[in-house]
Amino acid sequence: MAQAPEQTAPALGKDLLGLEELSRGQILSILDTAERFKEISVRPVKKVPALRNRTIVNAFFENSTRTRVSFEFAEKRMGADTVSISTSGSSVQKGETLVDTARNLEAMGIDMVVIRHSSSGSARFLAERIPSNVINAGDGKHEHPTQGLLDLLTIRDHRGRIEGLKVCIVGDVLHSRVARSNIHGLKRLGAQVAVCGPATLLPAAVAELGVTVFRRIEEAIEWADVLNVLRLQLERMKSGFIPSLREYNRVFGVTRARVEAGPRDLLILHPGPMNRGVEIDSDVADGPHSVILQQVTNGVAVRMAVLYLLSGGRAEQAEAVKQGGDP
Amino acid sequence: MPVHRVDTAVRAGLSFRVLHPLPHTPAPAVMSDSQRRSVMDTAAVERALARMAREVVERTGGTERLVLVGIHRRGVDLARWLADEIGRTEGVQVPTGSLDITLYRDDLMVVGPRPVVGRTELPDGGIDGQQVVIVDDVLYTGRTVRAALDELADFGRPRRILLCVLADRGGRELPIQADIVGAQVPVPEGGRVEVLVPGTDGSLGVEVVGGNG
Amino acid sequence: MSARPVLIRGGRVVDPSQGMDAVVDVLLVDGIVARIGEGLDASAETEVFDASGLVVTPGLVDVHVHLREPGGEHKETIESGARAAVAGGFTSVVAMPNTDPPIDSPATVGYVLAAGLRAGLARVYPSGCITLGQKGEQLTEFGELAAAGAVCVTDDGRPVSSAGVMRMALEYALTFDLPVAVHCEELTLSRGGTMNEGIVATRLGLTGVPNASEDVMIARDLLLAQLTGGRLHVQHVATRGGVEMIRAAKARGVRVTAEASPHHFSLTDEAVEWYRTDAKMNPPLRSAADRDAVREGVRDGTLDVIATDHAPHHYDEKEQAFEDAPNGIVGLETSFGVAFTELVEKGVIDLATLVDRMSCTPARALGLPGGTLRAGAPADVTVIDTRAEWTVDAAKFVSLSRNTPFAGWTLHGRAVRTIVGGATAWSAEAR
Repeated sequence: MAQAPEQTAPALGKDLLGLEELSRGQILSILDTAERFKEISVRPVKKVPALRNRTIVNAFFENSTRTRVSFEFAEKRMGADTVSISTSGSSVQKGETLVDTARNLEAMGIDMVVIRHSSSGSARFLAERIPSNVINAGDGKHEHPTQGLLDLLTIRDHRGRIEGLKVCIVGDVLHSRVARSNIHGLKRLGAQVAVCGPATLLPAAVAELGVTVFRRIEEAIEWADVLNVLRLQLERMKSGFIPSLREYNRVFGVTRARVEAGPRDLLILHPGPMNRGVEIDSDVADGPHSVILQQVTNGVAVRMAVLYLLSGGRAEQAEAVKQGGDP
Repeated sequence: MPVHRVDTAVRAGLSFRVLHPLPHTPAPAVMSDSQRRSVMDTAAVERALARMAREVVERTGGTERLVLVGIHRRGVDLARWLADEIGRTEGVQVPTGSLDITLYRDDLMVVGPRPVVGRTELPDGGIDGQQVVIVDDVLYTGRTVRAALDELADFGRPRRILLCVLADRGGRELPIQADIVGAQVPVPEGGRVEVLVPGTDGSLGVEVVGGNG
Repeated sequence: MSARPVLIRGGRVVDPSQGMDAVVDVLLVDGIVARIGEGLDASAETEVFDASGLVVTPGLVDVHVHLREPGGEHKETIESGARAAVAGGFTSVVAMPNTDPPIDSPATVGYVLAAGLRAGLARVYPSGCITLGQKGEQLTEFGELAAAGAVCVTDDGRPVSSAGVMRMALEYALTFDLPVAVHCEELTLSRGGTMNEGIVATRLGLTGVPNASEDVMIARDLLLAQLTGGRLHVQHVATRGGVEMIRAAKARGVRVTAEASPHHFSLTDEAVEWYRTDAKMNPPLRSAADRDAVREGVRDGTLDVIATDHAPHHYDEKEQAFEDAPNGIVGLETSFGVAFTELVEKGVIDLATLVDRMSCTPARALGLPGGTLRAGAPADVTVIDTRAEWTVDAAKFVSLSRNTPFAGWTLHGRAVRTIVGGATAWSAEAR
């Protein structure tokens, strides 16, 4: 075994609840670790024993095929034992409270919980009540930190850096946990961030997060190096936030004509699932600017990195790191 | 490397997993030069490496299907050095690779802070049917080599695997022995061997640090 | 309630109803204030309470409490709530009608009244619903409710969404001179929000309730009060816009009284950070500018009543994700301490003004007996140690519930004896 003092990554703490509470050093450490882990997914045996004998529960109280599958791949490639529960198969529908669900899982001797839940703050709620590591896989409209991280990794892959880049988040920022995680992560790494969408879908006081607000997509494209196009939930029309999908596409849609009219070679991300022809046109989604499929690939690597960095850490040391901010 | 014990504490009605350092764990200390002792200078290491390169070729019967895989970090530098040496004497550039065994460590889940994971990069041709020489700087407990063997097995089925180390300090905890050794380096209790390589340390040499000897 | 006469001797009597702030004695006989003045003599049977160094005020009145009975007895009962009231120095409380079933009939009004009398602690005055089942549609029988003992009508917790219904409620209440107490909220603007709209809500990913949700409704109800000449009582004003509009309405002679809640003049939406459900209430905690406007409203009398909106909830109900937890906090046992510490000690108002906002004006606003220590008034007295320093420990609450955002706060000022109808209902030494 190597004998000299080894290099260690900055501790993340017990849980990953959001990017707002991570330092620049912690975020970079996750990205650098994910960079190493990309290679595992192309090995003949796509599996390492790093999390051998660790039991992870994917508790998805809200539908999400893609995030759940991505976590499951990441867990299995790290050698963990995993169980996934979703709303239809859980006792949540029988009126069991979140805290009882958590305690039951804990009583079965698990090490980590990946939680997706429709209530903002639910991941923190769980994390404060059980000793297992908790990873937020999307809590209401709050954060989706692993999505934010994979977006950062994808941007860095293509532009070589995050610092100084101009990134505009387009669409339904109001309801988007992806937007919040992106804003915190991008700002922490020194990007300039903007949001663009109809005012009905932008949160109050969003500028106080340190972002620029564009009313029109043309202005956003004129400004940006990177567009992160959010999914427009179709029910937003029924709730009256926008009058029609058709008009949304006309006014805010990321179309080929708009992208090509821009002054720069844009990089275009989308967290998926896409509504083709609504927030993004197919020839953009499938075109040369799009890195959407690479986001999916990077998602597995980022989640492997998060699983690795959270495992085995010491809570009190991690808290000290968090209190101290950037190392 | 600090050793930790997994324990469970009950605090405020909740149990938290905490890792206590074992009391006898020596804290990593910065050793002053007076506690360093050179056991191989640059010339000695160069001579040893030249001999090891020859031994590799002898043991593998030439450079046919030969792959040198260094263990991150200093093993990687040494593997490249050996490959260059073989290139000079045999006129063939032997493919090299790097292996980071962190994710295969048997103590990974009990150590506290997460080790930084290095690059694993095997030659394009892979290792199936190859004669793979694992190169590392120091051989001690044998646990790193055990991890390396496991990791290599996930990349393919080499025809043969050899172990080549610059310094063997003894103290094995697993039934693993090196095939090619630069030097036997006895180490006093509490001390350690440090191999210096130009790519990482700026010089070439082997030193014994600390200990009560 | 005919107990031994009580002579409260040597206390600093602060009674704004008669402009009094002096060290005098107060003699309580047969449930009424018999005499007030210097050097009163005590007969042999009189209990003499040495109040030197203490402050003696007319009994505190809280016109906005949720006692949860009937239907929510796991949160609070009329008895436990009345006990929490006297522990906080309150001699009278007005119970909100949003129980299960709601207090919308003479029978249910009578139930609350009887349970309050049975408890024999603070005086419990029932309120009745404005509309049947608080549905905002058909008016309740205001006359019957008043005759049964309701002191006001309110759909508290829910707004009366129809302006037409509200107009009729204000007009119909004129016959009985009943105040109409209103929870002002435009639900289509609140949009299911769970906290103040602003940067904190945006960061936490919680749907925000804009100030306009409250302001629009306050504006509407002030206009309707002006139109009808009805008695409007605006509950728990939390916005600067609301304070300004009420101030202007009072200036033009609209009959309106208005409440400030201790949490709205002492906290902002930052208390919600980390998704603290004990800081979730409706109307929500708002910005520092709103908090300051509420303080100013209390100071200049625009908000003439301090009321707690005491809203107990069971531990399990608050132990949920923020959006799933119910609104409301308990307030009876912290109200005076928070108000004294945040308003008097910080120089916003003097002690006499605080007593006015917590006793005299609330009694007057809803036409309750009390709120004064004039001879002949009910012998409802609160004796306060304004020098007492104490730390809020929810585990020690008399209330059945613990949901307070003030846990751990160090407060100054606490009731040491609460006398209702001449009988001691609470005494700090007796605990």
